[in-house]
Amino acid sequence: MKVVADTGLCQGHQMCQGEAPDVFGFDEDADTVTLLDEHPDDFARPQVEAAVRYCPAMALSIEEN
Amino acid sequence: MTATTAGLDAIPEVSIAVPDEDGHGHLAEMRIDPVALFERVHAECGEIGRFRIAGKEVILVTGAEVNEQFFKSPDSTLDQAAAYPFMTPIFGKGVVFDASPEERQQMLKNQALRGDQMRGHATTIENEIKRMVADWGDEGEVDLLDFFAELTIYNTAACLVGLPFREEIDHRFAEAYHGLERGTDALAYVDPYLEGVEAFEIRDRSRETLVELVQGIIDRRKERAKNEGAVERDARDLLDVLISIDMSADYITGVFISMLFAGHHTSSGTSAWTLIELMRHPDVMAEVVEELDDLYADGSEISFQALRSIPKLESVIKETLRLHPPLIILMRQVVEEIELAGHTIPVGTIVASSPRVSNRLEEDFPDAQSFDPSRYLDPRQEDLQNRWTWIPFGAGKHRCVGNAFAMMQIKAIFSVLLQDFEFELVQPSETYRDDYSKMVIQLQRPCRARYRRRPGRGTA
Repeated sequence: MKVVADTGLCQGHQMCQGEAPDVFGFDEDADTVTLLDEHPDDFARPQVEAAVRYCPAMALSIEEN
Repeated sequence: MTATTAGLDAIPEVSIAVPDEDGHGHLAEMRIDPVALFERVHAECGEIGRFRIAGKEVILVTGAEVNEQFFKSPDSTLDQAAAYPFMTPIFGKGVVFDASPEERQQMLKNQALRGDQMRGHATTIENEIKRMVADWGDEGEVDLLDFFAELTIYNTAACLVGLPFREEIDHRFAEAYHGLERGTDALAYVDPYLEGVEAFEIRDRSRETLVELVQGIIDRRKERAKNEGAVERDARDLLDVLISIDMSADYITGVFISMLFAGHHTSSGTSAWTLIELMRHPDVMAEVVEELDDLYADGSEISFQALRSIPKLESVIKETLRLHPPLIILMRQVVEEIELAGHTIPVGTIVASSPRVSNRLEEDFPDAQSFDPSRYLDPRQEDLQNRWTWIPFGAGKHRCVGNAFAMMQIKAIFSVLLQDFEFELVQPSETYRDDYSKMVIQLQRPCRARYRRRPGRGTA
């Protein structure tokens, strides 16, 4: 899977870091999400899916390869 | 204007359903049945249509493609504040309507809506709801509008302004605040200060009452500081800070009103409708109660669980939001010519999208009129699949910044209510409806529910 973060939509809630801290980081200066791992292993899928579902800005999505 | 009005003329205008006796176009219908108006724009005109309110052309767009264009437009082209003239007298002059995306992000950082602050808020909300039901007996009736309006005032005041401030307000503050919301008559598009309009008189009196209440709180704090010394730095709330920089009670009240506004009637109405839909669907209610009983069987804290996944309850809240979005129209004023659905929209026009219409598009939400929480379960996920038409929180950069707070709040409220009480309708189901006569929608009275303490659950 490929994780996609739309920084144009990100509002800096940082919820995704709580859900999947190995996949999502945060750029303090830009106040937006960063991707630490664009292609996480499949075992991280539940955490990434939770991050996508609970993103308050609907800024995250998963693209299947 | 001549070069660009051609663009507007090419956009179909919706028919007139309520006679235009005052010359304000569709304003009369907007003040009686705005849902019918917005639905008719979509039915007659399609993805882009037009109506008129008090000399303003309003372009209403519907559907994923145009909604995306609408929601993605930058603030430099579409301005929110100018589209909501009915808010100015409520906030007071000089108090901003909505912050820029940059300011909103700054607010997120500083102002208690951030993820890491949520746990504290969940504890606060749990305490507030327990206080609200503390004087409930084993059974009785409750007015859903009064109950949730008062509860959500305390929740938002405690979480956004601060716990000390929350302890200084009571039902008088909640009632006056409600009066402000009732002042949002669409006649404001003619003139928000029009004389002889009852809604505006109630609004202005309510605002004066709020200023008096806040002035009283400020005076008492100053008096206490004189006698006991200043409040310790870490015990200060936002009010202490605003007093310390010498803001007037009028301005402080305006700041608080604007902070509480977005989160109050929205959460209040959604909580009430969530309960109504649960009472209307006893099978769904039973599933949610079972889910909560299982979740809390191990004695875990509401403040912990309300921040985590509660799939059935979340689906019910989402479906409630889809069918009963607290804001039925989202508007912007064009400040720089833009193109929507192939039409050039000139400066000064209002463009809008309706959550009420989009949320019920049959092509995106099969059997759209029916209450079906299973829409949100895997693999349907109709909210995530329809990011530009499942829009109870809006979409894009201005998507409601408080939506995670709101979801947590409602999950906490129902975690308390449904664990201790059973609820049932006391009126025919179809008599629970919204009053659309103001821009801020409220439940129409009567809207009562009966509660009964569940066997073996703690008494007051």
